[in-house]
Amino acid sequence: MKSIDAVRIGVGAGFSDDRLTPALDLVSRVDLDYLVLECLAERTIARENLSRAKDPDKGYTPSLHERLQMLLPTCMEKNIRIVTNMGAANPLGAARAARDEATNLGLGSVPVAVVLGDDVTELVRSNPGLELLEDHLPVESLMDRIVSANAYLGADVICEALRTRAPIVITGRVADPSLFLAPLMHEFGWTSDNQTLMGQGTMAGHLLECSVSVAGGYFGWPGKKDVPNLADSAFPYADVGRDGSLFISKTPGTGGLVSVQTCSEQLIYEVHDPQNYITPDCVMDITGVDLIQAGENRVQARGAIGKPATDSYKVTVGYTDGYIGEGEVSYGGIGALDRARWAAEIVKERLRKQNFVYDDFRVDFIGMSSLHGKLDERVEPYEVRLRLAGRTQNRRAAQAVGFETRAMHIHGPGGGGGGSDPKVRDVLAVKSVLIPKHLVRTQVVLEN
Amino acid sequence: MPIRVYDIASSRAGDKGNTSNISVVCYDKKDWQFLATHLTADRVMQEFAHIASGPVTRYELPNLKAFNFVIEGALGGGVTISLAQDAHGKTLSSVMLGIELDSSQTT
Repeated sequence: MKSIDAVRIGVGAGFSDDRLTPALDLVSRVDLDYLVLECLAERTIARENLSRAKDPDKGYTPSLHERLQMLLPTCMEKNIRIVTNMGAANPLGAARAARDEATNLGLGSVPVAVVLGDDVTELVRSNPGLELLEDHLPVESLMDRIVSANAYLGADVICEALRTRAPIVITGRVADPSLFLAPLMHEFGWTSDNQTLMGQGTMAGHLLECSVSVAGGYFGWPGKKDVPNLADSAFPYADVGRDGSLFISKTPGTGGLVSVQTCSEQLIYEVHDPQNYITPDCVMDITGVDLIQAGENRVQARGAIGKPATDSYKVTVGYTDGYIGEGEVSYGGIGALDRARWAAEIVKERLRKQNFVYDDFRVDFIGMSSLHGKLDERVEPYEVRLRLAGRTQNRRAAQAVGFETRAMHIHGPGGGGGGSDPKVRDVLAVKSVLIPKHLVRTQVVLEN
Repeated sequence: MPIRVYDIASSRAGDKGNTSNISVVCYDKKDWQFLATHLTADRVMQEFAHIASGPVTRYELPNLKAFNFVIEGALGGGVTISLAQDAHGKTLSSVMLGIELDSSQTT
């Protein structure tokens, strides 16, 4: 096996609805070794489990088809291996779908390595005493409402999948940074006892996992933080050396920005204690990190430490928790706020008279208080959009929120308009437990 | 003249469950000490009192000329059950940037 000293990893998606074309720009213009597609949010797997219950072939990330149709020809031609968590609640189904797409594209029979074992629903059901991290109640308190339970697996099992040499590796739930750390451990033979390398590899993953966020996306601010040509923003990639050296860049000839400031914001993003960022692979300490502008749109990151991993996996438990109903209607001009307030009181009174009860109820005056509250301190704008939302275990009560709000078109104060269609959605909530790693059986299956 | 956090730092909010973490990253290293003195966890809790139950924990990252504020009970019970339009609390970074600090004690 040839010894290599540097690996180039790009990211082609940072959430399930991420933009598509920047990924094609990246694989076309940059010689990557790996492309990671990260598509799972906290409750995505619970939602996909419901899709799978309706159709056993579904349950993976729906955009898999579109993404692979666009990216596979170039990735196969340039020998760029794809690592993705688009398997969601059905990694084997995703693998079959990926192989079908390859066949349809005329690429022949493309092997796909599948990571299994994150689905620990039965394990959680058989351990009702497990403590929920959020409220310290036993998981038993959710038992009859549990939809799914998935452990955040780590880089070790992804490495095992990479050893099959399959051009595509598909996982369900794994920790996002592990998707990036695994190719580095695989290529360089890094082991988990080297704290510098585990830290640097995990930092690479954390900097890239939100795709454009490290490259000027979600950063710009007129007159304060300039981002050139944001409309043509690009996905980033990392150059990682065998010694753990790490440089972040982005597709050349595109918009966006890779700077110390963009990297700082992303490095701290969704971290709590910066000395102890827990992943399945290590406990990362970023307090000693230095970020250095190494060139235009190129930042060096050094100094992360990956302390030894904990002996448990974090598990996200998805469960159903009733319904949320919403409605909106607008008021403009003279007395707009007074009329919106009056409408809100009328809707609430009508809901009360129908004996509907809500676990939580909220009135927003969009344009004034829907984001940061403090209605009484805000200046009244020309127009106000009223929004009412209620969460309840009763589906009819949820429907009534939007129904009664829309009725403000004729049963409310004068001059309201633009009422929305009543909206009702099932609530899929999540809580977390920890499960000892030794209880979880991981497995790699090669589909070829 | 009060100084707004906005004048000297950028900020980004993230979510985990019912907890918001909001970073504050100075543009210039020389301003970090000013924020270390004035932008305390108590000051931030005061500004978020109408939104969050707290507590607020401040973590210092001098190497990155930054702070990380972890604000518990900030997201309407949690992203998945919240009734808020911005259930993730992504816009809460703007509340942080709007905090005014007394600059008369600057060194």
